[in-house]
Amino acid sequence: MLKLEPRPEPSRVAGWLSPLLAAAATVVVGFILFTILGKDPWLAFHAFFIKPLATQYGVGELLLKATPLMLIAVGLAAGYRANVWNIGAEGQLTMGAIFGGGIALYFQESASPLLLPAMLLAGVAGGMLWAAIPAFLRTRFNANEILTSLMLVYVATLTLSLLVHGAWRDPEGFNFPQSRMFGDAALLPILVPETRLNVGLPLALAVVAMAWLFMRRSLAGFQMRVAGLAPAAAIYAGISSRRTIWLGMLIGGACAGLAGIGEVAGPLGQLLPSASPGYGFAAIIVAFVGRLHPPGIVLASLLMSLLYLGGESAQVNLALPSAVTGLFQGTLLFFLLAADVFIHYSLRVARVPVRSTRLPGLR
Amino acid sequence: MDQLAQLIVLTLAAGTPLVYPALGELVAEKSGVLNLGVEGMMLAGAVTSFIVAATTHSAWLGVAAGMAAGAALSLIFGVLTLSLMANQVASGLALSLFGIGLSAFVGLDYVSVVIEPITPVDLPVLTNLPVVGKLLFGHNPLVYLSIVLLMAIQWFLYRTRAGLIVRAVGESPQSAHAIGFPVARIRYCAVMFGGACAGMGGAYMAVAYTPLWVEGMTAGRGWIALALVVFAAWKPWRILAGAYLFGGVTLAQFQAQGIGVDIPSQYLSMLPYLATIVVLAIISRDAAAIRLNAPASLGKPFHPDT
Repeated sequence: MLKLEPRPEPSRVAGWLSPLLAAAATVVVGFILFTILGKDPWLAFHAFFIKPLATQYGVGELLLKATPLMLIAVGLAAGYRANVWNIGAEGQLTMGAIFGGGIALYFQESASPLLLPAMLLAGVAGGMLWAAIPAFLRTRFNANEILTSLMLVYVATLTLSLLVHGAWRDPEGFNFPQSRMFGDAALLPILVPETRLNVGLPLALAVVAMAWLFMRRSLAGFQMRVAGLAPAAAIYAGISSRRTIWLGMLIGGACAGLAGIGEVAGPLGQLLPSASPGYGFAAIIVAFVGRLHPPGIVLASLLMSLLYLGGESAQVNLALPSAVTGLFQGTLLFFLLAADVFIHYSLRVARVPVRSTRLPGLR
Repeated sequence: MDQLAQLIVLTLAAGTPLVYPALGELVAEKSGVLNLGVEGMMLAGAVTSFIVAATTHSAWLGVAAGMAAGAALSLIFGVLTLSLMANQVASGLALSLFGIGLSAFVGLDYVSVVIEPITPVDLPVLTNLPVVGKLLFGHNPLVYLSIVLLMAIQWFLYRTRAGLIVRAVGESPQSAHAIGFPVARIRYCAVMFGGACAGMGGAYMAVAYTPLWVEGMTAGRGWIALALVVFAAWKPWRILAGAYLFGGVTLAQFQAQGIGVDIPSQYLSMLPYLATIVVLAIISRDAAAIRLNAPASLGKPFHPDT
């Protein structure tokens, strides 16, 4: 019989192996799923993972979609390390899009070089504001941040819908629920010609590096990690749990808000009823697959971005619904959590215990 | 009077999609397991029940299939958290994301399909009595069933030995294990019961309440159900009160449009979510009371060797 035995020390090797194991298992499930659906699994594999990367444009798309994912995930990871469970990044992203996009619409005619920085700052502020609500409710009223931050996702989405259906609707847009297109000064400059990749990527990488330094080298980052690993010890050491919650939520909100304005000032170029195809939720998976570690998160965001592209490609080439992406995202996280068992436990073959009825020393 | 009776009937109908998942989650949490995957299990239940109802032309068979789907999904969660000791918060989130993706994927071909729904009971003479007729005899069978379920859970948890064991496992799995109760097996049962209830809640929406299938149709009700358990202080009867309160709030958007209030629908759609936040903040304010009422081992993994 197989038995799980606690390890004396968490295994680092298992920690880095488990995302690879999970990705491999997800691919196997994909093969089985495609076979059941009557598609050639090799063809599907090709459409999913190879075809999207065959062109320069495709690689650009990969990096473009990875940008918001890594940005949000690195912000969430700071909170998760401190046991602050912000799962409302999708709402904070939407608020970032609303705040930053609002600046772009208000200064529609402006060609000032300050417009874009102002938009980015407003986006960050919007995300932080939206994350501050659960932080306040948690520190002041002890309300569970998981539920409040998630409820605020719906409120933010409805607010955006309200704006693009009403006050901010393009007067020349044939009544479509969308804002005017932003002016050129309000768009992130393209990085590589012939692609949609913009300067959001280097910006995101800089934020990831800063987050790494913060968690690794700053006192506040250290205190957050202690609060997550050993809450009782943190209290004993005088680390303020309020400050940890506020920091964890605000960092997550700032990053998600930046990602939100990055989307509308980047590939979207205007406000639409939805600011993202669920990046805020996918980033939760990215954070875990990346081991809550900035370099790991960058790699995981590329993988998740490929899942998005693969889903689109499968829709075009295999007539599969793009919802298959969400299915694979969930499967990946399941396998990861399952494989993580080997970090804290090792698998042993349990022998049947030898029963002895004789007392020692007696015949 | 008849209008008031009609309003109460509608409120109960709107609250019932919360009663089932909240009751199921309550039982799971009583055994010490926090399953955040309610939204995913509800959607899986909704889409499964709808597909089965559409293909077999039996809505009741659909309900059974929806329950099975919810239970099946909760079993994945059970394996992760109870056998593999995974973090319950992360696993629950994974289950929700998975359920949302899975239901969108399998339900794609059924978006504009019409089914024969489960309709409110209509008894001769009784339902047509003035005022009390509709109030007592005019609900959907699944609404009556949810109240029966509530009474059954209340009786099970507080009046039976098995219920006492479930609560003991939730309070102190170490003690329960030491006495010789199979902690993991009991928790598996509680989690799967919770999954079946969540599936039932989704099924009620898909084959009785709306009745149709739309991607993400539960619109956060699974998360509201989670908040309801806190709101109810882990007491079954209070779940009913909370669910009907939220049912009434959900109803407000249709009622306001009906009487011609001219404000954008989005404001009214926000109400249930804002109400959840406000109620959660008010209830949670008393941290000591929450600690007193919550099962002591809630959310903590249990391995007999550690």
